[in-house]
Amino acid sequence: MRHIISLLMENEPGALSRVIGLFSQRNYNIESLTVATTEDPTLSRLTLTTIGREEVIEQITKNLNKLIEVVKLVDLSESAHIERELMLVKIKASGAQRAEIKRTADIFRGQIVDVSPSLYTVQLAGTTDKLDSFIQAIGPASILEVVRSGVTGIARGDKVLSL
Amino acid sequence: MELLSGAEMLVRSLRDEGVKYIYGYPGGAVLHIYDALFKEPSLTHILVRHEQAATHMADGYARATGKAGVVLVTSGPGATNAVTGIATAFMDSIPMVVISGQVPSDMVGTDAFQETDMIGISRPIVKHSFIIKHPSEIPDVVKKAFYLAESGRPGPVVIDVPKDMTNPIEKFEYSYPKKAKLRSYAPATRGHSGQIRKAAEMLLAAKRPVIYAGGGVILGGASAQLTEMAKLLNTPVTNTLMGLGCYPGDDRQFVGMLGMHGSYTANLTMHHCDVLVAVGARFDDRVINGAAKFCPNAKIIHIDIDPASISKTIKADIPIVGPVDSVLADMLAALKDIGTKPNQDVVASWWKQIDEWRGNGKMFPYDSGDGSIIKPQAVIETLCDVTAGNAFVTSDVGQHQMFAAQYYRFNKPNRWINSGGLGTMGFGFPAAMGVKLNFPDDDVACVTGEGSIQMNIQELSTCLQYDLPVKIINLNNGALGMVRQWQDMVYNSRYSHSYMESLPDFVKLAEAYGHVGMRITDLKDLKPKMEEAFAMKNRLVFLDIQVDTSEHVYPMQIRDGAMRDMWLSKTERT
Repeated sequence: MRHIISLLMENEPGALSRVIGLFSQRNYNIESLTVATTEDPTLSRLTLTTIGREEVIEQITKNLNKLIEVVKLVDLSESAHIERELMLVKIKASGAQRAEIKRTADIFRGQIVDVSPSLYTVQLAGTTDKLDSFIQAIGPASILEVVRSGVTGIARGDKVLSL
Repeated sequence: MELLSGAEMLVRSLRDEGVKYIYGYPGGAVLHIYDALFKEPSLTHILVRHEQAATHMADGYARATGKAGVVLVTSGPGATNAVTGIATAFMDSIPMVVISGQVPSDMVGTDAFQETDMIGISRPIVKHSFIIKHPSEIPDVVKKAFYLAESGRPGPVVIDVPKDMTNPIEKFEYSYPKKAKLRSYAPATRGHSGQIRKAAEMLLAAKRPVIYAGGGVILGGASAQLTEMAKLLNTPVTNTLMGLGCYPGDDRQFVGMLGMHGSYTANLTMHHCDVLVAVGARFDDRVINGAAKFCPNAKIIHIDIDPASISKTIKADIPIVGPVDSVLADMLAALKDIGTKPNQDVVASWWKQIDEWRGNGKMFPYDSGDGSIIKPQAVIETLCDVTAGNAFVTSDVGQHQMFAAQYYRFNKPNRWINSGGLGTMGFGFPAAMGVKLNFPDDDVACVTGEGSIQMNIQELSTCLQYDLPVKIINLNNGALGMVRQWQDMVYNSRYSHSYMESLPDFVKLAEAYGHVGMRITDLKDLKPKMEEAFAMKNRLVFLDIQVDTSEHVYPMQIRDGAMRDMWLSKTERT
């Protein structure tokens, strides 16, 4: 099953390499990873998605928790949460295609953030599934470039991941 | 407050941490530190002949005492030579602090002379690592390093020190912190009382319980509690390779080591048990044989300080995370509180079955041969006899290691010192040196083979310099015994590169380094010569003992089988 693991870690050089190293070292799967400093400059928030059997996910969270720099960790997929990924797509857009792409972007609540005579750059935020669907709707033949941020997320309701 | 340079702070911090010995080798990047060391009389530096030996010496000391051993090496090759020793300590959860020099900060990343990314190289084999960013943080980092190395599940910690951090000109205020502050690190201090109670109830209701105790019991100083619990319930106890000595080897309830080369009794007791209490053990692949057929009827109670050890390979029914000494103490209290005793008829019938498996002979039977050729097993029995079972015994890796584990009776913890997890040839001799340095009045024997000993034989020179009279018991069969055994069993005796040609004359070699060498080729000389060797309290004696090349280690579990599936000799199997 797919899991979204989100953690707070010391904002120190080397901390990220330990997290990533753990995955290759123990042969765990890593689908996406995003990391940035939080409002507390001593902490970074890292969110990763991984796919594995429950026993493997349990080992992943235990081993992540064991890393000295990991301060706190939550498996977001264990309860209600909001999941977002940001995508920028460069799409061939000329002639009749231009209106069609604009319409599709509107349906997906995307925004056209850059325009040239022959292409649109669309910005889209949502779940991984939604982003995949958009690419499918546009059709791979028209797509020139895709850049995705990787999944980030937050728990719904009162639950907070903080110190 | 006193003003000290980074190098002086490092040395002073080690002193204030209570360190007595440092094992190391100088080089460009650590020269400031070595200069500070020169002026610090309360720290003794042991100059090894190869950095790997420094780590194993520190490791031997750590295994015998439970305290972190300290290693000091230079950048580049100094650091990489230490890597095998760090990995050895990591696999067996041994506390160690390794200080490696680094090129000056402004040259890091420029492929400078003797530069290597030690933090990167060592990352998968350390509990944690630090790089010094400013000299003033040195005392704090040293404190944290020792705290991390020795607490929770112990392990090696690397401190990488760029040369400019130790500049003797720049001075800073020095004070050594009393406590390490780490907001993200809090090892468990107690086990969950509800889980402990459930485990106690399960144990009392068990019909065929067994305690499977590993190296964690030794690291966690829980031998007394473990023994008390086993005695209270009259439960059989088996030890892993790493756990030997945590329960008295001479005791009736001890059924021997378990696993790949474990005793027939231990492996059968495991296979047929209904409640398995794993204490400070990690269900290693050399213990369980195969997860699929492992202990088919067992409910599993797993006590460990490291949550990631629990349910890693074998799912635990009752996991208990905590220090083994406090968990076992709480379990004893729970057992006494519940007040009932195990049903005595049930206990008696379990023991009747175990005693049937055990029989009246030796725990590890072997063919003693024609009376002149020396069997390796007989060497270990004689060693145990001559040292009254009281020596510190270190070993290298291979057949001799298994024979030492099988035939030496370890009645006390911290006396059996070997590389269990990584299986590092070349470990035994420097480890013995580290022990001898710290326990000068005890007998320290290194059981080794002609293959392993040559991996760190240069340390004979260090032994002369620092007067370390260890006894080297070289089981010389002229072959890489364990490799040869597998080639016999799996590869139709095609001995691909498993024999040693052009072996040195070990007696002359020992003498060349200023020590005593003895060769033993006849069984009748074995005991008298070994007694003679151990009587020479102040001399290193290299006993080169010619043993039977064709001997195999038995039992040997049959791959992917159950615990009970074993070869018992070259022709018999279960």
